[in-house]
Amino acid sequence: MKLIFDRSTSGRAGVAPVRSDVPVRAEFPAHVLRDRDAALPELSELDVVRHFTELAGRNFGVDNGFYPLGSCTMKYNPKAAATAARNRGFFDLHPLLPQLPTGETLVQGALEVLYELEQQLCEICGMAAFTLQPLAGAHGELTGTMIMAAYHRGSGREKTTVLIPDSAHGTNPASAAIAGFDVRAVPSDPDGLMDMAALKAAIDDRTAGLMLTVPNTLGLFNPRIKEICDLVHDVDGLMYCDGANLNALLGRCRFGDLGFDIVHTNLHKTFGTPHGGGGPGAGPVGVCEKLVEFLPISIVRHQPDGVYYLDYDRPRSIGYVAPFYGNFGVLVQAQAYLLMLGRQGLLRVSENAVLNANYIRAKLQGHYDLPHPQTCMHECVFSASRQAAAGVTAKDVAKALIDRGFHPPTVYFPLTVPEALMIEPTECESRETLDAFIEAMIEIAELAKTNPGEITSCPKKTPVGRLDETLAARKPNTASLA
Amino acid sequence: MPFIANTDEQREQMLAEIGLAEDDLFAAIPRELRARPLQLPDGMPEQEALAYMARLADRNATHLVSFLGGGFYDHFIPSAVQAIVGRSEFYTSYTPYQAEISQGTLQAMYEYQSAICRLTGMEVANASLYDGGTALYEAITMSLRITGRRSVIVDETVNPIHRKMIRSYTGNLGIELAETPPLNSKADRERIAERLTDRTAAVVVQNPNFFGCIDDCTDLGEMAHRNGALLVVACYPISLGLLKTPGDMGADIVTAEGQSLGLGMSFGGPYLGIMATRKQYVRKMPGRIAGRTVDAGGREGFVLTLQAREQHIRREKATSNICTNQNLCALTALAYLSLLGRQGLRKLAQVCADKAYYAQQRLLEIEGVALRFPRNWYFNEFVLELPARADRVIRRLLEKDLAAGFPLNRYYGDMDRSLLVAVTEKRTKEQIDYFAHVLEVSL
Repeated sequence: MKLIFDRSTSGRAGVAPVRSDVPVRAEFPAHVLRDRDAALPELSELDVVRHFTELAGRNFGVDNGFYPLGSCTMKYNPKAAATAARNRGFFDLHPLLPQLPTGETLVQGALEVLYELEQQLCEICGMAAFTLQPLAGAHGELTGTMIMAAYHRGSGREKTTVLIPDSAHGTNPASAAIAGFDVRAVPSDPDGLMDMAALKAAIDDRTAGLMLTVPNTLGLFNPRIKEICDLVHDVDGLMYCDGANLNALLGRCRFGDLGFDIVHTNLHKTFGTPHGGGGPGAGPVGVCEKLVEFLPISIVRHQPDGVYYLDYDRPRSIGYVAPFYGNFGVLVQAQAYLLMLGRQGLLRVSENAVLNANYIRAKLQGHYDLPHPQTCMHECVFSASRQAAAGVTAKDVAKALIDRGFHPPTVYFPLTVPEALMIEPTECESRETLDAFIEAMIEIAELAKTNPGEITSCPKKTPVGRLDETLAARKPNTASLA
Repeated sequence: MPFIANTDEQREQMLAEIGLAEDDLFAAIPRELRARPLQLPDGMPEQEALAYMARLADRNATHLVSFLGGGFYDHFIPSAVQAIVGRSEFYTSYTPYQAEISQGTLQAMYEYQSAICRLTGMEVANASLYDGGTALYEAITMSLRITGRRSVIVDETVNPIHRKMIRSYTGNLGIELAETPPLNSKADRERIAERLTDRTAAVVVQNPNFFGCIDDCTDLGEMAHRNGALLVVACYPISLGLLKTPGDMGADIVTAEGQSLGLGMSFGGPYLGIMATRKQYVRKMPGRIAGRTVDAGGREGFVLTLQAREQHIRREKATSNICTNQNLCALTALAYLSLLGRQGLRKLAQVCADKAYYAQQRLLEIEGVALRFPRNWYFNEFVLELPARADRVIRRLLEKDLAAGFPLNRYYGDMDRSLLVAVTEKRTKEQIDYFAHVLEVSL
């Protein structure tokens, strides 16, 4: 379809220009002015709305259909949460107001949202304190590893290395590196869990900490977690939990109780805020008692008289990681979601998320290779190796699912499973939806045996076919310039 | 539970069919590690939850006539913006890894990148970063990668909140950060020239700067380039409806906080980190990038491209740890810019400048009130020098439901009497006159 710039007709506008009601006009010398207008498109309001409506029709969201993207927790985004964030008292609130003298009295409701959300996350994760500032999951990782660096700097010990399992998200090593650490990968054992011998060999006095995803990216909970925590704590290392998969554990176990010192959560995964096509998210970070002093500036506090205020006087803090208090609009949505769920709701979430994943695991076992056949948590990871041997790869399976009305699972991740198909159904999906997906997956597996060409030629029902990524990277065309 | 579909009966059937008992689901968690019952309230029906949140929203000041800016501005948002961004095909999708069913997001990313290039006068843009501060920090590390150097000069009229963020991040990486105080209101050319060495990767400036002053940085770009360093310019997108582009000033990397492009102030986020650069640096740029390509049938389409820079491929050697863009916010900015259009943005920028100029004239009529930095060009923000401490004046005016601006002594030690005043198109003549009136009587 056309670019919006190609729909432009000189002289059109999508909004009536704002009128000036002041009797003066600001004049500027030519040398500070741009020499021609920015070549933005010129369309009527209807033209613009139709353009984006057409674009929307070329997108697939959770509201369109099943979206079992592993490790991304594509759950339903309750509409009420968005309504809450659009309250004028939140949406129109200037972030500098509390920095004015007596300004905190102007934002008591907003500070209460922050305070309550922090308290609830502390309770859910078993941590001493949370910061809501990190603006995404990876930003939470960076904040967490910066706290790790600050803690070790304070103790005077030379801690240079962060250990990360080979099954981890790519952001883990990238974040640790930006916090100034060397990264050392720890291999998985044949059961998909951390190789204990390799871990013991990797730990030494320079170990700053270990970053672990719980349950891991194979959807497995490591029952030896306590032992791992002890090994790392023995060298005064810190245990970091990537809480991307918290959905599986809500109300079942808490990261703090397991022995973790630092944890980040993803509100856009576990707490129902929209993924937005890739942001904005929110990645709050929780810490144990001894790390509270390192949390970013500022912290919301609560006076005995019920007044909330912001504490900027934090000499040992890692400083500012965000301009203000986090992605507040996202935080409001998570808070609304938690209010609606409550204690019982959280238990129902983890129960149904884990049940749905195991249902898919059991029903597809036999049709696809399942490298780790034990009971899983919130997601299960199949391998299309068997199909790949017949010429149908994980990517082909994904494209065939698209033609059958489903968003594909995550493919080729985790890196430890060849031809990985990582399926996370979430608690929101009904048995009927799961059955339809299972049926489609089985049909694809059968076709891979009998008529692989039917699969490798997919997708056929989409506005474009498989796109040439090599061309895109070799001759980058990343903007239409005027 | 409205967000869970399975009934109790279905759950039992499903468990039976796969041969599991309910306890088996969490059997991998050792008993001694199980959580005690959470101390949380019972869930609320939607009606109660919304009423609860609305009560909290009402405990925030929405009645103020506000002249508060400081890099975050109260601009009008056309209704069509929310109608577009509120389409769930956009907001309930995720990263467009499956390009064939993500052409909506991918084409919008490409169009956003194009609009940013056209606005800033640059050749390539990424699909956005978290916020303006993150974009500035990422621009600094990008300049280190391009030049192979370790030192950066940052002018102190760059937004002080963003400078605080830069300090937190660079602290762990052994980056030498020199912050240079301005001369009067603008980047101090002489001091920067003294500091520039063959170790300097970039000179970082902002236009209009934090004091609202327009500072043509062309000469700084020439100075930086003579020393093999880059020029990084942070800008205010709405001002680019009128003002000379960073591209025309010779900027190598441009960043901006994009909140003003149709996003609510929303108490600090979600915002939009804008980044654009020259074509030759595209492979050194962090963040997602959409690219145009074709399918086997020759049909044009869009994909995420140059992913070899990114963390899911490069892990600890990636250009950045950032794994998403701020996609919905970028879409918001694109919808906003598309609705305003070529002339609309210029007219909007002019009206902001007109109203600010009127406010300046009215406020300067008050005895004892002066411009802190006279003989400057201002866009829509300026610094008043008051005859009393700015924080006291602000407090008095808040009692009259007016947020007069920002007290600069919060970030600049010697500016006790300096008040930073911002005016957008949403402020009326009547409100500006009211401001002048209450300021006069309160002094």
